[in-house]
Amino acid sequence: MEVNAVLDLMWIVVCGILVFFMQAGFTLVEVGFTRAKNTGNIIMKNLMDLAIGSLGFWIIGYTIMYGEDVGSFIGVPELFYSVQDDMHNLFFQTVFCATAATIVSGAIAERTKFSTYLIFSLIITTVIYPISGHWVWQGEGWLTSLGFIDFAGSTVVHSVGGWAALVAATLVGPRIGKYVDGKSTAIPGHNMLYGALGVFILWLGWFGFNPGSELAISGDSANNVAGIVITTNLAAAAGAVTSLFVTWMKYGRADVSMTLNGALAGLVGITAGCAAVTPGGAAIIGVISGIVVVFSIEFIDQVLKVDDPVGAISVHGVVGAVGTLCVGLFATDGGLFYGGGFGQLGVQAIGVVAIGAWAMITAFIVLFILKKTIGLRVTEKEELEGLDMHEHGIDSYPEFGSNLDK
Amino acid sequence: MKKIEAIIRKSKFDEVKKALHETDVNFFSYWDVTGVGNEKRGRVYRGVSYSTSDIQRRMISVVVSDEFLERTVKVILEAAHTGSVGDGKVFVSTLEEAYRIRTKESGGDSLI
Repeated sequence: MEVNAVLDLMWIVVCGILVFFMQAGFTLVEVGFTRAKNTGNIIMKNLMDLAIGSLGFWIIGYTIMYGEDVGSFIGVPELFYSVQDDMHNLFFQTVFCATAATIVSGAIAERTKFSTYLIFSLIITTVIYPISGHWVWQGEGWLTSLGFIDFAGSTVVHSVGGWAALVAATLVGPRIGKYVDGKSTAIPGHNMLYGALGVFILWLGWFGFNPGSELAISGDSANNVAGIVITTNLAAAAGAVTSLFVTWMKYGRADVSMTLNGALAGLVGITAGCAAVTPGGAAIIGVISGIVVVFSIEFIDQVLKVDDPVGAISVHGVVGAVGTLCVGLFATDGGLFYGGGFGQLGVQAIGVVAIGAWAMITAFIVLFILKKTIGLRVTEKEELEGLDMHEHGIDSYPEFGSNLDK
Repeated sequence: MKKIEAIIRKSKFDEVKKALHETDVNFFSYWDVTGVGNEKRGRVYRGVSYSTSDIQRRMISVVVSDEFLERTVKVILEAAHTGSVGDGKVFVSTLEEAYRIRTKESGGDSLI
């Protein structure tokens, strides 16, 4: 094998490993922002969507996404993908797929039936995500033909997860005690350190997510990769700083959990355009993301009254859409602010709406069927006493006193 | 014998502990307690403001012989004092009997 090819392959594998580690970040954020009595359930959801997603994407998802194109809409499914010199791509795309699946977990935490979640994970990783992914990343999809830019997946990965999460959280309904007399109440998370460690791990993992999506590092790709590392980092930093000041001014305190969300928002926002914008453009996208995420979390919580304990719908769905649209504004080649007119912006909007609608409609169909058959929610008693005790039969913190609320 | 139970600020615990030791009260138990009071604290979590009247304090429980009572109470009142609302309370009650399990001693001897 030629040296450059080896370097490119190694880069993809290493970045895939970094993206894999993001699963730990998602787990920690979700555990930290929720109550101790559901810790074991959240661990299991995050572990199992990765495991089920890895199997499902290998069995059929990968070829639906990357198989031979049919009508610019879907790949020809083949079972048990095993093309010997393409295993690095299978791995890299598998961990992306698992990311989309795991986003849903946070929005429906603390009240969803474990078995229902497992089934939904399997469907999102084998059907929902691969088909809309095909439109953008397979090369012959209809959005690719339009010129839609989503370099690493603000829309393909994050919005798909985020919009599915919106539908799921709406259908599952809010946690008991979340809305009292129609007013939102605070249910503080049990460990900010877990939340923070999770965000640091996600930020780290994003250096695989975005720079890895160059899918090469030899030759001219080396400088592209370095540029993407910078746009990624700057947007995350700008998102965190912006959320910090927005919350500081709004609430009178520098809010910990919202600032953590701000960093994630910057990362989600830059994911689509990380290879298409300048460092300055990336910083501005981070600022926009940091503002949008705070107001979006409040809007979804207090106006729509959809209970999203970790802010997944806002961070991944709303900011993913905004970040994708920002490519139409800040892309140095074709962006509105670089004299490219409205063309690219229009294409970005088509992609955002089409994939958003796809994710919401398919998620609704699947979850509606699940609701009518096995049910989406645990019983009231199970929810109040904690999913750890009833779904898994353990107490995640046995030495700190039982969390049972009797 | 008397049982002295004091609810004090957590931030004053180290001072109270030191003062008690200096008064030769070397054995006592303590635990964290949550109480509900008049004071409501406004907080914001993820954009939702809420207030809580839950107050975190520490409770100390000391059993002393009668001649130790006065100075023990005095030491706690002084060491736990800040002058602001919420310094806490001290309760004194009469205790009928005390035993040391190892030696089966009872009364004042069991306390030392």
